[in-house]
Amino acid sequence: MTARSLFDKVWDDHIVVAETPETPAVLYIDLHLAHEVTSPEAFNVLSARGIPVRRPDLTLATLDHSTPTVPVRTLADLERVSDPSAARQIRVMLDNCRERGIRMLDFDSDQRGIVHVIGPELGITQPGKTIVCGDSHTSTHGAFGALGFGIGTTEVSHVLATQCLLQRKPRTMAIDIEGQLSPGVTAKDIILAIIGRIGVGGATGHVIEYRGSTIRALSMEERMTVCNMSIEAGARAGMVAPDDTTFAYLDGRPLAPRGAAWQAAVRRWRALPSDPDARFDHSVSLDAADLAPMITFGTNPGMVVPIGAAVPADTGDASLRKALQYMGVEAGKPLLGRPVDVVFIGSCTNSRLSDLRQAASIFRGRQVPPGVRVLVVPGSQAIKKQAEAEGLDRVFRSAGAEWRESGCSMCIGMNGDTAAAGQLCVSTSNRNFEGRQGIGARTVLASPLTAAAAAVSGRITDPRELLRP
Amino acid sequence: MDKVTVIRSRTVVMPQADIDTDQIVPARFLTTTTRKGLGKTLFADWRYDKAGAARPDFLLNRPEAAGCAVLVAGHNFGCGSSREHAPWALLDFGIQAVISTGIADIFRSNSLKNGLVPVIIDAETHAWLLSHAGAEVTVDVATCRLTLPDGRAVGFPLDAFSRYCLLNGVDQLGHLLAQGEAITAFERNRAWQP
Ligand code: SF4
Repeated sequence: MTARSLFDKVWDDHIVVAETPETPAVLYIDLHLAHEVTSPEAFNVLSARGIPVRRPDLTLATLDHSTPTVPVRTLADLERVSDPSAARQIRVMLDNCRERGIRMLDFDSDQRGIVHVIGPELGITQPGKTIVCGDSHTSTHGAFGALGFGIGTTEVSHVLATQCLLQRKPRTMAIDIEGQLSPGVTAKDIILAIIGRIGVGGATGHVIEYRGSTIRALSMEERMTVCNMSIEAGARAGMVAPDDTTFAYLDGRPLAPRGAAWQAAVRRWRALPSDPDARFDHSVSLDAADLAPMITFGTNPGMVVPIGAAVPADTGDASLRKALQYMGVEAGKPLLGRPVDVVFIGSCTNSRLSDLRQAASIFRGRQVPPGVRVLVVPGSQAIKKQAEAEGLDRVFRSAGAEWRESGCSMCIGMNGDTAAAGQLCVSTSNRNFEGRQGIGARTVLASPLTAAAAAVSGRITDPRELLRP
Repeated sequence: MDKVTVIRSRTVVMPQADIDTDQIVPARFLTTTTRKGLGKTLFADWRYDKAGAARPDFLLNRPEAAGCAVLVAGHNFGCGSSREHAPWALLDFGIQAVISTGIADIFRSNSLKNGLVPVIIDAETHAWLLSHAGAEVTVDVATCRLTLPDGRAVGFPLDAFSRYCLLNGVDQLGHLLAQGEAITAFERNRAWQP
């Protein structure tokens, strides 16, 4: 048999009808995650045609995108704090899920959170699964050796109706990273460096497999940060081979298999890693020792430099010039030392417990200077509770930061959490597009360490200067 | 979905690379529960000023853009968020085809499901189009060819199934629903259950 990659194995295992020159493959979907923003029109399609949901047991829904990060326990609370169309959208989502028998982690659920945070946390994200969601950061789930990819609303209706999607097989790209990261350099810096290297369209049409000693040494939370931003390089999905780190993370989680089923699952998962001579359509390699904390200077995640470096010189490129003008950044000068207005620590990229711990290590015993707003938003209610049990909330609060309920918050600015026009926001999220955090807001993407360093110094600061032994 | 066969139109040109779906439809408009009427939100933050008035200098507001059904955009158009609101808004505004040297995967897939034709072409033809805004072009879905005003034609990739769906106005859900038996058999016979 020909050598197969991790991706090939997961793909082959889900073929209901094989691809032909005339028709795409019918691919079975093991887990569909849903949130309030991209689902309503998909349910409308089913209603209009009188089609039932084929497997309500394989969809899991939550509220995150337009849901407020102030305490809300009921719809009536929501209607008091939220804008009417956002509240209506959530009401529609709750009704759709109730009527169709879909499990919804509602306001009152301790398991509610950002859709890509809760899947892993509950243990329903598992190696070898196909996982989709009407959200591009579904690539996050690839950290477990699952094939996770974002889909549009029409495809959401396909999955609801048939549990399948029509797909052409993507190409593959291996990204190998070897060596040890230096102190202060994190998973976020790895993925920002990769995007800087291959560009925001560099992996279009491809599924990436991240490999090498650096990746193997990462925790699951760090692997999720890397896979999360695969889409920012244009990739359909990003994957990491499942290993003992993966299994240890999943063992005992509420929706992970148990007992004999767990043993059988682990046996199956151990066969998933790429065969040694598996072929990839493209490959890229990086040396971990070369990496530094990274920050973006422009309006897409590929416009990124090591924190001390100057932003590129003006070469006359119109897109670059427009981006620098939007950001109020001077070509050829470093961003270091520039005053910041807002710091956001959160999003499906960097809102897990280890991210909050890293940020707290910088905040501890330091103060946010007057005039800087800092928002810390845990990725799920469960993370919020754990962080509070460790006293992290007190560290943030006593430094002068706001500590919120879970949700997407200022990653997308749909729930009232926004930065104002012209404000500079250092953010641990994944997109620095124009207006992403509010009309005219300027976003600098960075790791939780770099964001926390900006928060306590009021300026863009190399976090390595503030690390404690 | 309506049938899409031949689109003949003048072009409107947005040369910038990496135009993301947050620009095409800003997130604050995503609290809608229907796909209807999104044309007015298209490129909202570029198209309108703070008071909501149309900016006269923005491309789509200029008189020569009126009635154009073909958008020529810079490389990697439609990157970012998976929001299908992006092709919905373009179609509602009147755009029926997008031409670029690269179009992001999810946007491309969403477009094909709604009858917006993604036309990926070579750099040389693209450069010509960028410097000839308003050129009269023809996008022929049946032959997968883009024809320029001087009669020069270039091919663009479109898989057989997407082409069939566009030409016949077929939406893909019907095709999937017809696979019901195969899906049931797959669910019954697979080695493990999710
Ligand atoms: S946190 Fe941001 S990127 Fe992640 S799912 Fe929410 S809106 Fe999307």
